[in-house]
Amino acid sequence: MRPVTAPHPETWLKVTPSGLFCEPGGFFIDPTRAVDRAVISHGHSDHARPGHTHVLATCETLAIMTQRMGQGRAGETQQALPLNDPLTINGVRVWLRPAGHVLGSAQVCMDWQGSRAVVSGDYKRRPDPTATPFEPEPCDVFVTEATFALPVFRHPPAEAEIARLLRSVALFPERTHVIGCYSLGKCQRMIALLRQAGWDRPIHLHGAHVALCRVYEALGVKLGELRAATVAKKDDLKGAIVLAPPSAVADRWARRLAEPVVCVASGWMRVRQRARQGGVELPLVISDHADWDELLATADDVQAPEIWVTHGREDALIHALAQRGIRGRALHLVGRGEEDEAEPPAEAAAP
Amino acid sequence: MSLPAFAELLERLVFTPGRNAKLALLVQWFAAQPDPERGIGLAALTDELVFSAAKPGMIRDLGASRIDPELWRLSYDYVGDLAETLALVWQPRAGVNAPPPALSDVVEALQTTAKAEIPALIAGWLDTLDAGGRLALIKLVTGGLRVGVSARLARVALAEWSGQRVEDIEEVWHGVAWPYAPLFHWLEGHAERPDPRDQPIFRPLMLAHPLEAPDLAALQAEAWRAEWKWDGIRVQLTAGPGGARLWSRGGEDISGAFPDILAAMDFHAVLDGELLVLREGEVAPFADLQQRLNRKSVTAKMQRDFPAAVRLYDLLFDGTEDLRPLPFDARRARLESWHARAAPARMDLSALVPFDSIDMLGRIRDGARAASIEGLMLKRADAPYVAGRTKGLWWKWKRDPLTVDAVLMYAQRGHGKRSSFYSDYTFGVWRDDGELVPIGKAYSGYTDDELAWLDRWIRNNTTNRFGPVREVERGIVFEVAFDAAQRSTRHKSGVALRFPRIARIRRDKPPEEADRLETVEAMIDVTLAERNRAG
Repeated sequence: MRPVTAPHPETWLKVTPSGLFCEPGGFFIDPTRAVDRAVISHGHSDHARPGHTHVLATCETLAIMTQRMGQGRAGETQQALPLNDPLTINGVRVWLRPAGHVLGSAQVCMDWQGSRAVVSGDYKRRPDPTATPFEPEPCDVFVTEATFALPVFRHPPAEAEIARLLRSVALFPERTHVIGCYSLGKCQRMIALLRQAGWDRPIHLHGAHVALCRVYEALGVKLGELRAATVAKKDDLKGAIVLAPPSAVADRWARRLAEPVVCVASGWMRVRQRARQGGVELPLVISDHADWDELLATADDVQAPEIWVTHGREDALIHALAQRGIRGRALHLVGRGEEDEAEPPAEAAAP
Repeated sequence: MSLPAFAELLERLVFTPGRNAKLALLVQWFAAQPDPERGIGLAALTDELVFSAAKPGMIRDLGASRIDPELWRLSYDYVGDLAETLALVWQPRAGVNAPPPALSDVVEALQTTAKAEIPALIAGWLDTLDAGGRLALIKLVTGGLRVGVSARLARVALAEWSGQRVEDIEEVWHGVAWPYAPLFHWLEGHAERPDPRDQPIFRPLMLAHPLEAPDLAALQAEAWRAEWKWDGIRVQLTAGPGGARLWSRGGEDISGAFPDILAAMDFHAVLDGELLVLREGEVAPFADLQQRLNRKSVTAKMQRDFPAAVRLYDLLFDGTEDLRPLPFDARRARLESWHARAAPARMDLSALVPFDSIDMLGRIRDGARAASIEGLMLKRADAPYVAGRTKGLWWKWKRDPLTVDAVLMYAQRGHGKRSSFYSDYTFGVWRDDGELVPIGKAYSGYTDDELAWLDRWIRNNTTNRFGPVREVERGIVFEVAFDAAQRSTRHKSGVALRFPRIARIRRDKPPEEADRLETVEAMIDVTLAERNRAG
């Protein structure tokens, strides 16, 4: 689609030690260290770092960043850019398209002299009541993640996993089901999925999950009645569902729960050995990342002749792209995968 | 629809550490599934039903038929298990909307399908299943379920579900074959208890309570009989026209591992005894017997090197005559005359230990240091043979344990309820060169409060971490109780302890004053010397 005369994106979108840099625009996308101008795809800490001078992102991402980093640390100046509302920065046309990953997550789309690159950030194609669905943007270079880029990773429908969870709650009514999940995105999606499945009882939260749930609610995502697990009595937690960070579910914090059934909600739970390492009793395969089929379907949808892979298992993806006549390139960006599921869970760390 | 349900059950059982939770899952399976599905599932879980329809080569070929070789290689590298890799990468053909098979469909088809058509049959099923269902199917057809459900646990679950006594279930268990329809009908109250007739079946064992001081004080010497408590495994021998079986204490059929014993069972009787490795009449260390346990079959060399024998305690049936209602003395007389008459190879009688008073018996017990003897069994002279653990009929009076003061070296997290606690402790003693060397591992003997205290201490005094294991400062001394010390190549120290447990935490004792390796080695020598003297 790129006119023959247009520059190849690699001439103007560069990999630098600070991350991807749009040279003519003078801005970084999800930079790994503090910079002057940053466009941020979403609020996870491996994409959104503190200390930038100017930050451009969706208003939801800005609110999440501010909550997590504190006033003033999430960009000295913040500029909210609505989805699909182009802006021109030094001659580069920039717009955001929804990525479906977490609330506010967006792909960063750029046009420069007739050539188009899209940096997807993290994304998924499955419906998520808490995130605007992914919209593919045809482009010359598509920059993708590859967290689950192996054919073994095919996420089952999240509704089926929630149904399994609720069957377990019915079978063990005296026990607490404690679900390890990350505080931004997965936690709120789990709550929303439970509500969709008809679970209208209060859901208990670990202290680390409260603040972001409040941000989601302030941004209009309804989560129903939430309670603090930390102050609840053990008896009240019989038959309850509690959400906590993965590091807490099998450690000292969990002793306050009633004979907990340890669950973890993550795409990694698809592989048994992974689930076993963490002492998980009920693995729930629910992910906020694209699975193998979604990665390939997205490659088809964006029709890009070239796909850059930021982090994950690039071998398998680049091999499969080559079979489709798409040129793959591994970017080996540093500092990715430190939050959410981008890395498989280690043995739950002690606090 | 039963295969997906079975897959969910399997998945839960594999990940569930708790016994009660496993029972709840099994109970739900029996309650929710129709016949014959629930019985087939039960047989598959307990390894009564094992298929060998597919070999690893067939799994690989199935993978190759649906996926690019490079992607298969990367996937297998990542997952590390062939069956799981295939289950995860398998992509059902578009447009397949056949329902998933029932367990009975799988069983029937595998029995009637020609070998060459098995791969296509399996592929067809895989197309109807999700990843969990595919994994269950592949594990099932390759005979590798391995979910950790013992037949004993399954019977306890049947008892819990039905309200029948587990002993009553055990008596018929080996007389019914999968899919166990008559068993389920009885348990649901629709039919009589199945009659095993001539089938060799397991009769639940009579068990003893540990003897505590108040009970000891109440004993009248003349009403009691004493025997040595041998350090082997308790077994039941069943032989008759319907065949011969060797059962473990929990009713597992262990005949396959002991063809030498089976060959000697050319009689019609049911006996209770201790399985041992005996060399020239002398009991070998428990470690020798361990070489023979948990095997499906055994080589001639193993049988030669570790010759098995049974030391007989009791006679339950002589021919078809049930002796269990008789008092112990009468059964003992029958056992002795039966043994003299039948003179079976590889079987001797466990001698009665004569005594005049309980005091004297206490001295006999204290004097017994042979590693092959765990202590004494006290049996009431007039007690019938009753299944289970009825208090006041049989006592086990273990000799006082040996103890050693050892230093905590490593701690590991426990499982289930203890998964947030460092509850498994490796401890060591000092060697001449000043190095601390591990001699064993214990995960019992402490109170909940002590566990909480130890857990806190370990977290605050960690010097190194290896996955779930923490190495700690040399700061805690345990008094470790154990039944015997043995030579071992498993530990760097060259010794191993039998049944080690934490007797107490010696907060008063500095680690440098813990015991030395030579002290522990001397305990091996004592037990050896004792045995030689006894022999």
